[in-house]
Amino acid sequence: MRITQGCFSFLPDLTDEQISKQVQYCLANGWAVNIEFTDDPHPRNNFWEMWGLPMFDLRDAAGVLMELTECRKVYGDRYIRLSAFDSSHGWESVRLSFIVNRPKEEPGFRLERHEVEGRNIRYTTKSYAVDRPEGQRYGGS
Amino acid sequence: MNEHASITIRGKDRYKSGVMEYKKMGYWEPDYVPKDTDIIALFRVTPQDGVDPIEASAAVAGESSTATWTVVWTDRLTAAEKYRAKCFRVDPVPNSPGQYFAYIAYDLDLFENGSIANLSASIIGNVFGFKPLKALRLEDMRLPVAYVKTFQGPATGIVVERERMDKFGRPLLGATVKPKLGLSGRNYGRVVYEALKGGLDFTKDDENINSQPFMHWRERFLYCMEAVNKAQAASGEIKGTYLNVTAGTMEDMYERAEFAKQLGSVIIMIDLVIGYTAIQSMAKWARKNDMILHLHRAGHSTYTRQRNHGVSFRVIAKWMRLAGVDHIHAGTVVGKLEGDPATTRGYYDICREDYNPMRLEHGVFFEQNWASLNKMMPVASGGIHAGQMHQLLDHLGEDVILQFGGGTIGHPMGIQAGATANRVALEAMILARNEGRDYLHEGEEILAKAAMTCTPLKAALETWKNVTFNYESTDMPDYAPTASVSL
Repeated sequence: MRITQGCFSFLPDLTDEQISKQVQYCLANGWAVNIEFTDDPHPRNNFWEMWGLPMFDLRDAAGVLMELTECRKVYGDRYIRLSAFDSSHGWESVRLSFIVNRPKEEPGFRLERHEVEGRNIRYTTKSYAVDRPEGQRYGGS
Repeated sequence: MNEHASITIRGKDRYKSGVMEYKKMGYWEPDYVPKDTDIIALFRVTPQDGVDPIEASAAVAGESSTATWTVVWTDRLTAAEKYRAKCFRVDPVPNSPGQYFAYIAYDLDLFENGSIANLSASIIGNVFGFKPLKALRLEDMRLPVAYVKTFQGPATGIVVERERMDKFGRPLLGATVKPKLGLSGRNYGRVVYEALKGGLDFTKDDENINSQPFMHWRERFLYCMEAVNKAQAASGEIKGTYLNVTAGTMEDMYERAEFAKQLGSVIIMIDLVIGYTAIQSMAKWARKNDMILHLHRAGHSTYTRQRNHGVSFRVIAKWMRLAGVDHIHAGTVVGKLEGDPATTRGYYDICREDYNPMRLEHGVFFEQNWASLNKMMPVASGGIHAGQMHQLLDHLGEDVILQFGGGTIGHPMGIQAGATANRVALEAMILARNEGRDYLHEGEEILAKAAMTCTPLKAALETWKNVTFNYESTDMPDYAPTASVSL
């Protein structure tokens, strides 16, 4: 399966040139771009690991692409996403977020149904990958 | 037009028994300067033939505040001058003979804190049936910060909704389940699953889906939540379905909302026809229970559509932002339902901005400070399809929910394909916009290119390529922008 979180998951994977244009758009808006990675892509896992701090005061997308290249060297077997933060009053949150790296195999999730009283069901989404310890989930380092 | 001197009768002559013209009773005060804390209403007044427009406007001020048809001595037991609404300006409406814009100021003490019911009972309570008027329309209101701050506002708001849904940088996508009536719970859930798995973020009950013989509400909720959770696991994305909890009593609505919460739904839905107080109650419930609250504006066209009589939708949008809903249907511009681009833009600004400047060309008559009240997500629904994506993005912007009902479910390759077509079209358009392309003019090209790697989009573009709804609007701004000459 292909996890479709983020803004561009229904398009073919973005090339570095395309990623660079999106980053430039964010920087032009004054947003700070952050690189995050995870091997636990549960839809409610909000806090992916940060690759350094959001890159405040950056002008050129090349800086982000350099960091992304470094991040891919270490965590190329995991999900990596870029998020852009807007600090302006009334928003103060993410403005754009999209996946820029995926594991080769994406085993996806199973839905567990816990049948309770009446016809009620308690649902739990479980990632197949997290059955293995952190760091070994997608066959990598 | 304006008689610039007050003709109010003062002193003891003002309280002689008998009938007196409203404009002499203190309801026409052309010198009055509205206070920052006043509520200001703008009415479009169409007096009966032969009725003086100033007198008609003063009568609207009188009948929407303290007046009755004759002088009463009991006024003298109160600070009557403070409580009288004051019409302070009357302008002829451009290009509309016989119609006048009347600006009326109301003291804040005339209203109860945090109550749309009370606000509307004054402003639209009695005056709309007043005999000396042919027609009356409430066009806009300026709500002072002091009053705005007495309301909860949207239970969740655009930013927190995006955080909870983990969706940023693009409009959200939805679809209303069709046919709107007649599906069993199990069949209904099938449509929800297919649409969400195909790539939509939300599906939606229609306004008249409540609890009918073909599908009782618990069936709908149970099957819909199975569909939502299954689609969530299949995509790794947060999904939702607006479970309509509209019912005959508050007790029933609370019961349905509690069940939706128990099943893990992120969102519930209500209809405008449940009434302002019920809406405010559900907004409080939604805030307390971490629930997004969707409002369908069912019934609004009965009073918002005609230009000379009723209440403008921009006023309803303001009231609903105060009342505390998170989503409100606000027009599509290009779809099947009423709404010209400029007027619709005005509604969207009211939903989404923290501050609205006066913009007559969008039908926004007053500046409005929302004092950090949460933002409301506008919903565009009705007769839109993937081939219009560039126009939708241009007219409606990014913080909007685009609902393709027929445009998803009517896809020749099935519901999942319909959903995928919409999602791919949207992502391709956002990508192009962010890259700095002139997406409005290159829209068809951008879609055609995206369709090369997406068969469902190709089929959608083919099926609906010539579908447009070009009819003249019945409601549009009275002022057109004019080019200004800089010296």
